[in-house]
Amino acid sequence: MTEDWQNAGFGLYVHWPFCQSLCPYCDFNSYVAASIDQRQWEEAYVREIKRLAAETGPRVLSTVFFGGGTPSLMAPETVHAILDAVRTAWPMANDAEITLEANPGSVEAGRFRGYREAGVNRVSMGVQALNDEDLKRLGRLHGVAEARAAFDVARSTFDRVSFDLIYARQHQTVDQWAAELREALSMAIDHLSLYQLTIEQGTAFGDRYDAGRLRGLPPEDDAAEMYERTQEICAAAGMPAYEISNHARPGAESRHNLLYWRYGDYAGIGPGAHGRLTLNGRRFATETHLQPGKWLDAQRSTGSGESLREEISPADQAVEYLLMGLRISEGISLERLHALDPNALNINKYNDLIYSGLIEAAGRQLRVTGKGRPLLNAILRELLSED
Amino acid sequence: MTDLAKIRNFSIVAHIDHGKSTLADRLIQETGTVQDRDMKEQLLDAMDIERERGITIKANTVRIDYVADDGEAYVLNLIDTPGHVDFAYEVSRSMQAVEGSLLVVDSTQGVEAQTLANVYQAIEADHEIVPVLNKIDLPASDCDRVAEQIEDVIGIDASDAIHVSAKTGVGIHETLEAIVNRLPAPKGDRDAPLKAMLVDSWYDAYLGVIVLVRIVDGVLKKGDRIRMMSTNAVYPVERIGVFRPAMQVIDELGPGEIGFLTASIKQVRDTRVGDTITHEKKGCEKPLPGFKPAQPVVFCGLFPVDNAEFEDLRTAIEKLSLNDASFSSEMETSAALGFGFRCGFLGLLHLEVIRDRLEREYGIELITTAPSVVYHVHMRDGEVRELHNPADMPDLTHVDHIEEPRIKATILVPDEYLGDVLKLCQDRRGIQLDLTYAGSRAMVVYDLPLNEVVFDFYDRLKSVTKGYASFDYQMIGYREDHLVKMQILVNEEPVDALSVMVHRDRAETRGRAMVEKLKELIPRHMFKIPIQAAVGGRVVARETLSAMRKDVTAKCYGGDATRKRKLLDKQKAGKKKMRQFGKVEIPQQAFISALKMDD
Repeated sequence: MTEDWQNAGFGLYVHWPFCQSLCPYCDFNSYVAASIDQRQWEEAYVREIKRLAAETGPRVLSTVFFGGGTPSLMAPETVHAILDAVRTAWPMANDAEITLEANPGSVEAGRFRGYREAGVNRVSMGVQALNDEDLKRLGRLHGVAEARAAFDVARSTFDRVSFDLIYARQHQTVDQWAAELREALSMAIDHLSLYQLTIEQGTAFGDRYDAGRLRGLPPEDDAAEMYERTQEICAAAGMPAYEISNHARPGAESRHNLLYWRYGDYAGIGPGAHGRLTLNGRRFATETHLQPGKWLDAQRSTGSGESLREEISPADQAVEYLLMGLRISEGISLERLHALDPNALNINKYNDLIYSGLIEAAGRQLRVTGKGRPLLNAILRELLSED
Repeated sequence: MTDLAKIRNFSIVAHIDHGKSTLADRLIQETGTVQDRDMKEQLLDAMDIERERGITIKANTVRIDYVADDGEAYVLNLIDTPGHVDFAYEVSRSMQAVEGSLLVVDSTQGVEAQTLANVYQAIEADHEIVPVLNKIDLPASDCDRVAEQIEDVIGIDASDAIHVSAKTGVGIHETLEAIVNRLPAPKGDRDAPLKAMLVDSWYDAYLGVIVLVRIVDGVLKKGDRIRMMSTNAVYPVERIGVFRPAMQVIDELGPGEIGFLTASIKQVRDTRVGDTITHEKKGCEKPLPGFKPAQPVVFCGLFPVDNAEFEDLRTAIEKLSLNDASFSSEMETSAALGFGFRCGFLGLLHLEVIRDRLEREYGIELITTAPSVVYHVHMRDGEVRELHNPADMPDLTHVDHIEEPRIKATILVPDEYLGDVLKLCQDRRGIQLDLTYAGSRAMVVYDLPLNEVVFDFYDRLKSVTKGYASFDYQMIGYREDHLVKMQILVNEEPVDALSVMVHRDRAETRGRAMVEKLKELIPRHMFKIPIQAAVGGRVVARETLSAMRKDVTAKCYGGDATRKRKLLDKQKAGKKKMRQFGKVEIPQQAFISALKMDD
């Protein structure tokens, strides 16, 4: 029998937890360290890869993603050693996508060639804004000119380059964002990630927001309009949204991220990395130790950085499939959902939502319409509600 | 049995925070009734909620032995009365049970409205009143001014007021001497048939119902068969005793004495405050005057947030009813809220206390619907219906007219806030009855409809006067007015739990305030929601809650699946705090908050 994950494939996520400085909006698992012994880290990653490969057995690995933190702080040799281990551990797809998240700084740009030689074929750059003042406010160390230069180096080094922008920033108007987005589209090759600024608990922005000191955030209606304008402008430029915050020319989507949204299997290594692994017909959620020191110690002393492994019931898998899958424009397969949990959806709410034009069922696919997409969280609450 | 001449029975009249309980504690301590090591602050306030709010709901009593300066041993019985207006009847019974009162006034503050209401009850009960000026240790203390105010406002002689600091103990001895020398001894006939007043009662897990009594005539002994004159129920007396303040069993209680009895009475409901207790045989002929059965004046619906907890709520309400005869309940169903109870209370404080106890002691989360007063609906065929719930309003074509309960409200307020208070009373359809000054404070008396007061009048009064006003009221009867039922429609559907009775002239203002509040309280949905207030099918106010425009997580990758799934689970649990009306979810707090007026 085909296991559910095989509908979407298998990928590897490598978390590099270090940054040069912490950004006030970011709630990822990141740390600033005085010095990092990359050799130790490399060895630990390699041992994790071997451990996981022994568990999964030989299956075709289609994507690798170096995320962080700031993975472009890794020495190219470290990346090289990790990818060598990956290639030994699993058979790689011919067209395997190997992405590395990079800071758009001049120092990082100097390492791009090394990354390419290690096997990286796609970079995703955290540009975040095309305006020096806003970059400063976002706590970024680079300026616009530097980012543009780094981006040019990336373009000439890698086949595929994407970059991130954050919108609905402090004091930003709808028109300012539209202009900035057009500028970004003129630079972009085939992929852009466009995130609405989200104030997360436990970040510097979160603290400031709670204290009432984060001023000038656009009101909900403005943010909604920025989202709508984003959809229009990008679609007109031939880069429609294939996911809530991700835009690409058809065929240029991030395959690693699609694997998450299509709810495939992925192994996660490095501090705080999550995984979804199907082993002997049962699907597990895995997590690793969050703190870099703790992860490294645990990895060395026990041979595993894992802190949690929990079986996910088919009903919970159905929920995860739904909440991930409805983010992408292709939607989810009702057949696949039904196989996981025939009662996952509240049928009355489902009908209401179809009637309201917020979701649509085309063939055996269920997807959220353009009208429904900005309301996805509310739609999920409805679809999964019990009454 | 104690010689009548050596008994002094008294109560303490005071405003909250004027030091009543502290003074009582000092009297108990000074006479050695309680060892110092057993003293805890405010001995007499037992229940948690009472203690937290600094109020007394049940009457408490303590018997104090005191050897006075004249060398004689006296028995002093203190009844600590509930101070709140909701319990005015209970206060009046406690007052009837004693011959004198200490009028305790904070010498830094002066007389408050609540003091006034209770002191009038004391005067009505023919009490000898000893003014006590408390907190003289504080720098802001001004005994002369406060004594003058007592004379002006209450009209009693305050020239020999006792100056006390219950905190430091100054004046405590003088107070005890004044109780002995200035208060009268009780009267009574030991040989007459038993006549005792039921002052209060409560449930004790070990002893069953404990009845607090004041013997007027005759003698009560263990083993006597007693009869409750209002119900004719007969019980054998099992135990007789006094509070010191711990229970102490004694053999008998004679005229003038205050103590307790137990008689295997199962429910507090079977004992009625103010009832007369006599012997089964050779009983007294006429009961004591003034008995009134408890009459709830405020009603509201209590519904479990989680419908599955209905049976738990039923059990909890039954248990609370055992100990509170003034609390009534009957099952109610609401299209919106499911199964619950329509409950009657003596007033808003009583309502809040019961609701808090249900939530706290029984762990049941509740939705409380709008409090309503009891209307008299006069039907065209001459029938008069009591309306406890706006949802039960009969068809208007059969209604001749509606009467509503009115109160006489007494408000004391520093004159700089007088204008705001007058405006508030006027806005609430008040009719001014009196306005007098005592120093820099005004005393206003208004005739007000209870339905304008029942919900948030006191909160509003506190806010417009920055807490400087004091307020008290008494019911004065029913009067016809142009009252209508106002419905609230959310997304075109009437929400029965939000229906209210309002005066026709106030319907638009109230309706506007309610729909504006609901617009804030109801979260945005995926569609726009009209919120309307309507009287008899005519919309008097409308708001539209616009549709939610954006609710989506910007970033969601492999590491977020678990967290997002758990968040959805949590939101599912949170939905239990919402009620579904058609397609609209209304949060539980909306049912109460929607009624708060910001005037």
